[in-house]
Amino acid sequence: MQLRYSDDEHFPAWRIAFLQYAIAATFLVLLIGYWRLQIAHHRQYLDLAERNRIRNLPVIAPRGRILDREGRILTDNFPAFSVLLMRESAATLTPARVGGIARGLRLEPADLQRLVERTAKLPRFQPVVLKQSATMEDIAFVESHRVEYPDLDLLQVQQRAYPQQAIAAAVLGYVGEVPEEMIAKAGSPYRPGDVVGKSGIERSYNTLLSGRDGMRRVIVNSRGQEIGSMTTINALPGNDLRLTIDLNLQMTAEAALGDRSGAVVALDPRNGEVLAMVSHPSFDPNDFARRIDYDTWRQLSSDPQKPLMNKAIQAHLAPGSVFKIITGTAALETGTIKTDYTLNCAGLVNIYGHTYHDWVFNKGKGHGSVDFHRAIVHSCDVYFYTLGKLLGIEKLAFFAKRLGLGGRTGIDLPAEDPGLIPSPEWVRKTFHRQWWAGETISVAIGQGAVAATPLQLAYVMGGITSGGAFRRPHLAFHDQLLALGLEPDDDSSRQFPLNENTVEAVCRGMWGVVNEGGTGAGAYEPGLDIAGKTGTAQVVSAELQASARKHEFKNNAWFVGYSPSTKPEIVVSALVMQGDHSTVAVPIARDVIRAYLDKKAARKPPPGQLQMQVRVLSQVMRTETQTAQEAAR
Amino acid sequence: MRKSVRLRDSDWSLLALSLVIAAIGITEIYSTTFHTVLAGQFHRQIYWVLLGTVLALVVSRLDYHFIVEQTPWLYGLCVLGLVALLVAGPSIAGARRWVPVGGLTFQVSELAKLVIILTVAAYFAERQVKFVTWKDFAKLGALVGLPAVLVALEPDLGTALTFFPIVAAGFFLAGVRARQVAALTLLGALMLPVGWHFLKPYQRERLISYVHPSQDTQGSSYQGNQSKIAIGSGGFWGKGVGNGTQSRLGFVPVSHADFIFAAFAEEQGFVGTLTALLLYLALLLRLLDGAQTAGDRTGAFLLVGFAAVLFFQIAVNIGMMIGFFPITGIPLPLMSQGGSSALFIFLGLGLAMSVNMRRFVN
Repeated sequence: MQLRYSDDEHFPAWRIAFLQYAIAATFLVLLIGYWRLQIAHHRQYLDLAERNRIRNLPVIAPRGRILDREGRILTDNFPAFSVLLMRESAATLTPARVGGIARGLRLEPADLQRLVERTAKLPRFQPVVLKQSATMEDIAFVESHRVEYPDLDLLQVQQRAYPQQAIAAAVLGYVGEVPEEMIAKAGSPYRPGDVVGKSGIERSYNTLLSGRDGMRRVIVNSRGQEIGSMTTINALPGNDLRLTIDLNLQMTAEAALGDRSGAVVALDPRNGEVLAMVSHPSFDPNDFARRIDYDTWRQLSSDPQKPLMNKAIQAHLAPGSVFKIITGTAALETGTIKTDYTLNCAGLVNIYGHTYHDWVFNKGKGHGSVDFHRAIVHSCDVYFYTLGKLLGIEKLAFFAKRLGLGGRTGIDLPAEDPGLIPSPEWVRKTFHRQWWAGETISVAIGQGAVAATPLQLAYVMGGITSGGAFRRPHLAFHDQLLALGLEPDDDSSRQFPLNENTVEAVCRGMWGVVNEGGTGAGAYEPGLDIAGKTGTAQVVSAELQASARKHEFKNNAWFVGYSPSTKPEIVVSALVMQGDHSTVAVPIARDVIRAYLDKKAARKPPPGQLQMQVRVLSQVMRTETQTAQEAAR
Repeated sequence: MRKSVRLRDSDWSLLALSLVIAAIGITEIYSTTFHTVLAGQFHRQIYWVLLGTVLALVVSRLDYHFIVEQTPWLYGLCVLGLVALLVAGPSIAGARRWVPVGGLTFQVSELAKLVIILTVAAYFAERQVKFVTWKDFAKLGALVGLPAVLVALEPDLGTALTFFPIVAAGFFLAGVRARQVAALTLLGALMLPVGWHFLKPYQRERLISYVHPSQDTQGSSYQGNQSKIAIGSGGFWGKGVGNGTQSRLGFVPVSHADFIFAAFAEEQGFVGTLTALLLYLALLLRLLDGAQTAGDRTGAFLLVGFAAVLFFQIAVNIGMMIGFFPITGIPLPLMSQGGSSALFIFLGLGLAMSVNMRRFVN
């Protein structure tokens, strides 16, 4: 290659000059562009820059704790992390980014996309909870992807903890994410991801338990890392709530029912305080405090034994022979019979052209000569069939309702079942037919369409034995609610005064059930003043039961006991579903009553329960120390 | 008939302007990184600038004809290097752009720019015509197109695009007819859909967000929006060195490298912007003045090629900060942190000085 200096073909000089002018012109355009940003729109961009540095983080208010009547912790909180989506800078999240976040946090991309769309209309300074109770992996994901996903952040929250696990779970209920329809309601204080009570006490006293979230304004860099704090609006913690539940009695009742399906309710009839409430099988509310996984949820909700149902207030079952105290009370109160009314029980009776069997008929005998007292003691069906016939359905239904059945007791728990007392009016409305006279006979012994909950039976028993003073059952102390500025439901007693003689006769009969070798003899214990009434309720009609496989249609076992046998302080209603015979329910109520009396006498738990209660107490004390430490900090 | 030149004939103004700009850049690198893990970066940049200055002085002593004579094998080496990089190069952050050399990484495509400048100059030194022909377009197009495609495959579309102004300026200087420009423009327009097909998803996203900047404020245009906020919030006087919250808090991405001008404009305000633009303008005009008075075609084409690529990078980089262009990975000459880029510029400056020193024709 030969290159020369001078004899080149020269290009015109204007070409380079043109380039120079073009460059100068371009620079002028650039300068104008910078002038517009830096001078003309300076204020606007300064605002944006300021906002870039400040992030509003909610300070989650801890929910109030739930305590038993002696201040022992039933429900507590422990610190956990939630993954937040900060939305100040994110106008839209592209599907790809949503997918990336979903993979990282192991969420369903479709769910996450929905959440993002649903929250798009919220004010931009409000972060959205993407995932509660983040695992170590989730936390690591957020921390290590600050660059890719600067809009993710972690928030320390107080997660619900139930130190007693499944104990009293049905009463306490569980918490979960606020449902969409609650957020959508006008004036709703809730934001997506907020935690609310979903069932039990957590739900009925949600406003009391939940505090008010605070807000922290922090300076962050673009990776979302906090580098300073500005102002803090402190969170207002929720109120602690003391329940009427006695943890010792609760534990005793839980243990007494064991792994059988059923319920136990212990009530103080003098004031309506619920001392214990058990529903088995149960669930662990801790599973819900973390976002419950689908498998656990499906297992719980599809279990035929319905662990999520509070059977103490939701089991809609025939009360069986327990109902006889209502039939008996009605017969005496209306003067239909006197206590000396006697008949001969041959094991069966023919009424209205139909043969009704006594429960002892299978044993090939009758009760023989029975008066009112013996009829209750031995739960003679024929006697109460006859009373039913004499009373008629209208009077029977009237008394059943006045004595506490066929309507909600009004306990401070959500979704109480009202039970059912059939009447001619009811069959007309429901089945569009006339009342069959024979139905009255079934109702008289608590069968047929009669349905009640364990709580209702305890309520009925407490009311009748207290001479007709019905106290609304409740779990929260009236005074405490008043002190917290709530207006609790009226707790004063509903009076349905009963004749002293009636009450005495019925109570004496129930004393005999336990103490005179009656159907509840299993509850007899020297030194304990226990009375009560048993019930063995058919789940289906007797004919069907005989033809069906026995196990599936076993009878429900009931026992409603109380102590002392006059002017009771405690009523315990025990239900063992498919327990076959009432005798299996009797010891449950006895155990709870004994624990109550022992505790009252000695102010210490009986020796048999000691071991279990030491375990409980050690858990309680541990959490109490933790709380004390937190308070000190 | 090569001339002997003395040091006092050197064009000091080019080097002085460059060093002033580089000093501004180093200050800004310090300001945006001193609080981070990259705190030591500005030291490295000082070493690169010092090394570059020495190299520039060495190159300026060489006769540029001698350098242009080396073009054929330099070109071959460059293409081989790019191919080797694609085949065996280490993948860093998803791209094969860098060659590790003793603890440092080196960007081959930066030196390829220099080879392209030499190639264009060498081509037109030979082709002495009033107007270029279609054959010239085909030949030179193929010569430059090969390394350009190789760089684009790395993928480094930004650097591949910087080859274009070198060639375009070369043709313009050599003489093109209006109909040739029209035909090429049409061809380019027709090729656009094809080019779109070859773009990576992130590159498409950048183009889309360039057209609709408000649609996605977190993804691609996030960077653009954040740099606009940085620049706009700087105002007239700026926030002062080390006070640029946007860049210090990391809202402006890579504020010490590709986005350094946003950080600079935030901290020094419009006054700083104006100063920097005037310095760059002076440098570019000075280079083209040199082309006007160059001793021969070779020298003129070298200077115009170098000025063209500098101008392209400056305009695109400074322009993309305020949304004039889509975001591409094109560093700002002399200011952005980076050794390869600094070496390229100072080698180019050396070449320019070599031309200027030999401008007097006897």
